[in-house]
Amino acid sequence: MADTAPTAPLRSPLSHSADRLAVATRTSRGAVRLAELPFLAQINLRLDAKGAAADAVGIALDLPLPLEPNTVVRAGELTALWLGPDEWLLVGPPGIQRDLENRIRAASGDEPVSVTDVSAQRTTLLVAGPHARDLLAHGCPLDLHPRAFGPGRCAQTTLGRAQIMLVARDEARAGFWVLVRSSFAAYLTDWLLDAATEYV
Amino acid sequence: MLLISCPWCGPRDEAEFHYGGQAHVPYPEDSAALTDEEWARYLFFRDNPKGPFAERWSHAAGCRRWFNAVRNTATNEILAVYRAGEERPSTGGPGPVTSARAEVEDEPEGRSTSTGPQQRTKPRHAPGPTAAGVAGQPFRLQAGGRVDRTEPLSFTFDGTPYEGFRGDTLASALLANGVIQAGTSIKLGRPRGIFSAGVEEPNAVVQIEAPFPEPMLPATTVELYDGLVASSLPGQGRLATEPDPARYDAVHAHCDLLVVGAGPAGLAAVAAAARSGARVILADDQPELGGSLLGTGELLDWVDEVAAVLEAAPEVRVLRRTTVFGYYDDNHLLAVERRTNHLGAAAPENVSRERVWRIRARRVVLATGAHERSLAFADNDRPGVMLAASARAYVNRHGVLPGRHAVVFTTNDSAYAAALDLTAAGVDVTAIVDTRPEPGEWAERARDAGIEVLAGHAVTGTEGDARLTAVTVAPYEQPAGQRKFTADLLLVSGGWNPVAHLFSQAGGKLHHDEARGSFVPDTCRQAVEVAGSATGVLDLARVLAHGAAAGARAIEAEGYSPETHRIPDVAVQPQTPPMQVFVVPGAPGAPRFVDLQRDVTVDDLARATGAGLRSVEHTKRYTTAGTANDQGKTSGVLASGVVAELLGVDISALGTTTFRPPYTPVSFATLAGRDRGALHDPIRVTALHEWHVAHGALFENVGQWKRPWYYPQDGEDMEAAVLRECRAAREGVAFMDASTLGKIDVQGPDAAVFLDRLYTNMMSTLKVGMIRYGVMCRLDGMVFDDGTVMRLAEDRFLVTTTTGNAAAVLDWMEEWLQTEWPELRVHCTSVTEQWATVALVGPRSREVLGALAPALAVDNDSFPFMAWRETSVVGIEARVCRISFSGELAYEINVSPWEALTLWEALYEAGAPYGITPYGTETMHVLRAEKGYPIIGQDTDGTVTPHDLGMSWAVSKKKRDFVGKRSYARADTVRPDRKHLVGLLPEDPGTFLPEGTHLIADSVLPAPPVPMLGHVTSSYRSAALGRTFALALIKGGRERIGERLYAPVGDRLVPVTVASPVLYDPEGARRDG
Repeated sequence: MADTAPTAPLRSPLSHSADRLAVATRTSRGAVRLAELPFLAQINLRLDAKGAAADAVGIALDLPLPLEPNTVVRAGELTALWLGPDEWLLVGPPGIQRDLENRIRAASGDEPVSVTDVSAQRTTLLVAGPHARDLLAHGCPLDLHPRAFGPGRCAQTTLGRAQIMLVARDEARAGFWVLVRSSFAAYLTDWLLDAATEYV
Repeated sequence: MLLISCPWCGPRDEAEFHYGGQAHVPYPEDSAALTDEEWARYLFFRDNPKGPFAERWSHAAGCRRWFNAVRNTATNEILAVYRAGEERPSTGGPGPVTSARAEVEDEPEGRSTSTGPQQRTKPRHAPGPTAAGVAGQPFRLQAGGRVDRTEPLSFTFDGTPYEGFRGDTLASALLANGVIQAGTSIKLGRPRGIFSAGVEEPNAVVQIEAPFPEPMLPATTVELYDGLVASSLPGQGRLATEPDPARYDAVHAHCDLLVVGAGPAGLAAVAAAARSGARVILADDQPELGGSLLGTGELLDWVDEVAAVLEAAPEVRVLRRTTVFGYYDDNHLLAVERRTNHLGAAAPENVSRERVWRIRARRVVLATGAHERSLAFADNDRPGVMLAASARAYVNRHGVLPGRHAVVFTTNDSAYAAALDLTAAGVDVTAIVDTRPEPGEWAERARDAGIEVLAGHAVTGTEGDARLTAVTVAPYEQPAGQRKFTADLLLVSGGWNPVAHLFSQAGGKLHHDEARGSFVPDTCRQAVEVAGSATGVLDLARVLAHGAAAGARAIEAEGYSPETHRIPDVAVQPQTPPMQVFVVPGAPGAPRFVDLQRDVTVDDLARATGAGLRSVEHTKRYTTAGTANDQGKTSGVLASGVVAELLGVDISALGTTTFRPPYTPVSFATLAGRDRGALHDPIRVTALHEWHVAHGALFENVGQWKRPWYYPQDGEDMEAAVLRECRAAREGVAFMDASTLGKIDVQGPDAAVFLDRLYTNMMSTLKVGMIRYGVMCRLDGMVFDDGTVMRLAEDRFLVTTTTGNAAAVLDWMEEWLQTEWPELRVHCTSVTEQWATVALVGPRSREVLGALAPALAVDNDSFPFMAWRETSVVGIEARVCRISFSGELAYEINVSPWEALTLWEALYEAGAPYGITPYGTETMHVLRAEKGYPIIGQDTDGTVTPHDLGMSWAVSKKKRDFVGKRSYARADTVRPDRKHLVGLLPEDPGTFLPEGTHLIADSVLPAPPVPMLGHVTSSYRSAALGRTFALALIKGGRERIGERLYAPVGDRLVPVTVASPVLYDPEGARRDG
């Protein structure tokens, strides 16, 4: 159907903030690294964790859905976040959302599985660098110590006055993903840059 | 901040949860079978017990699961949490109460041996007896103390320049310069001097003028810096008139053990825990560790040693200059760290000046020490009267003599050490006046040092104006035998008050310890232990042992192995019991001050008890004793003692006033942190926000959203702009960013059943590809939200909500699904930001859309009203809906927000030939009001049914039940005089009725109470009608159509005519273009 005008470039919620994030990263000399990871594919998945669809979807995605609360499972380019006892967020590289949705629907057959594309619902901020935890601790009430929130942990919580999903990446160097509702992204960016003042 | 354990996510801050009321109140199986009374009981009545109560909670900011909790409503303890659908578990009584005091034998431990006075620990830098006077600082010792004499600092006080040293406080630097008066008292204007050396200071509360003005800081807590300008105050400060340029911030911290106070007990506690691997925070209000040891000059080598251990321990965080000021539920403590104040103008701009630490601690050890208490004797407020241990601290810590000729007035042993240290430093201590008839071994030591000890004596009066000149002494409670001593310093010690503020804030109970003559911590249900002199123990050896034991116990309880760090051998000092004295008889008429900061005297308290007040809480309010910014740290227990004597009761029966946070004043700027200015409240914006800004939109706040309000052109005012925008929508084409509407994806085989239960109208009959307007009500039948429902597939719907209610509607859906209808196979997911929505409105909208969506058949038969289509608009995948909130031919185009700007700009371009006009919320409101469409929350207020809105058509009569249905049969909802939504036309078409205007029946305002018929909910000027109009909720309004009512506006009664709410195009002819 893309038959008329040439496709215009996509605009992410923080496209206009990219420069400021880059400047903060540069002037902190790596103490904090901040960047938007735009357009990641995000699929909200709801199914009965004990039902047949859970295994079928896991096999189809080559990714067992995490059953332990507030953990993530990563396989290849896909990450599955536990959001609730019957709810996950699948995150993958830009553009694969439709393919993901189709694979899940095909695998689940007649089982009552809900699949919703939420790729644009939230954008993802990368918060990394040696001071990443300190930066987040200015506004996140969770205990982010590696003993409590090490690699493979995730949580839905608050940062500043915005709700976020927080993911501790696999290695310490990889930092955190902060997934935030697109409408709050500009606020949260302002908040993060303000909180980072001390480190830049 | 409670810590609530989500059954799925574990413990989280209370702020992540929503409260849902009493649990286990199921929705009745057959609501129609209930009597009105039974239904009302279900609707409106809930239990309200004192004690355990089963409640619903939702982990709203987390996993969105509803669960149940048993909470003790008296203590806020959460006794159990369990998942929805599970049985309520049995819960015992209240949680365990732990003894707050370290369980160490009160007798000296083995390692301490009783030693004679000659082995008393000497201050490390004990100055020679004659070594007073540094150039320009006449009361500064040549050597000794912890100030750095190589770093002089210039400062100004009351216009006079002075010099002090790094390590001084403003108070110690003033004393070094011979300045002791630091203000005048608030009510009586009496000169007042530096009274203490710490946070308890009641007198020397000063104004900082530069570098940044700040009122009411105790000079004893202001670290001296170069360029400091301060002035004395008459008991009251001045707020800065300019904005504070400094940054403030906050940090969340978590630990296994928080130790508050870095004195001997706190350091011993933290030393025991430091190498265990446990996460430990040590917070202390001073710039260096040591606490009271800094003032006594004892064990400073050990302090350095412990500091080095802490430095080397990776999991130990030491917070200096940090005052823990609040102790809240579940071991949540707030502290303020003063990070750059002491740097003055050299403070770096990018570092926050002060920081609030929000600490969640598994265990807490409070080693908060004790404050010395004063005595209520005649003229006890002259500059030169000073707490004994504070004078000792000035000598030992700051190398400053607070005076030259001193008298000591005490009821206990502790002042003797001060007298001896001052003597050693060169102060002429003339006499020690002890109320005790037999002061014991310490008196012998004093006499050995050449000091006269007057046992069984008391100070009965003082002389001096700007500074003390003489002290009168007499045998205690006897009129004869007066002696007068020349003195410029009077050291006072009336005993010690354990600093129990934080413990008390934690919910801990205090009891009066007769032997120690003070209120001491007793029990608390939080995981806290009190150690050291905060328990009333003053002996250093026992203080150290207490602290070490408390620290070890705390981390053991958290599964770590303590390591005993060296505890220094300390001589056990001889002890003679203190004497409990509060009021000292003195010369008649001479004031005996209890609260120096509030100028409250013994006589004032006597007036309070004379007026019949029997509680210290009441005498406090009557006299203001204890209400100043020192919160009665030196006066509180003294006031209790005085009131007890006045009432003739024992102080133990009277108790203390309640301790509340903050322990010391905390500025609003600090508490606000970075939540001010633009970050005060999140601003939510759509993908098109920047276009609106660039095109001059003014914005309206709708919840946290910024929505374009109107787009003024060429200096238009709002009225002109809105009339222009309305005209474009009715006559040509206009477009609006409608992305803020809430959107919820409802999926699952039972989605239709679910929506049938939640909406008043039928959704299961909606065909795929079609849209239906729906109304959602609460159980009481009152309208809660409205919006459209699109059927995407047999098992999938897209529900829209009002902008402000999106989260509430999703919560509502989840509550029903999770707690009442778990059998329904339905899932709800917010997709509000997954879609950007553009409303394209007006008779020419079809041409504009048709030009951009060549594959879409836009004619009325192919694409009828209330249908939706998937198509491509300017090459962008879109869901186009034919819905209208204006009565005009209109479309809503939904696309990915990533492509919204492309769509918007294409519409702007394609619509240009038709004069396409962007419009904002004000125009939207006018257009919908002309059609009588209500805005939920503006034309409704939670007391309005769909029938009241004239929307009986939206309430299904076929469905067996839905949320709210039973309430429509209640007598109250079928009253004929319920308020109905109607239109109002002022008889003068130019008269504008302000929203909220009341309506009355008569043309003459009757005497109050005036019978009100209703009020205006919306009011506008209409371009289409060429006049003003309003919507209003009026009693029996539909039966009044055509009647004349009156609206009091200012002092006029404006005649208005009641009309149908649908004022424009009542036939609906314009809908299809």
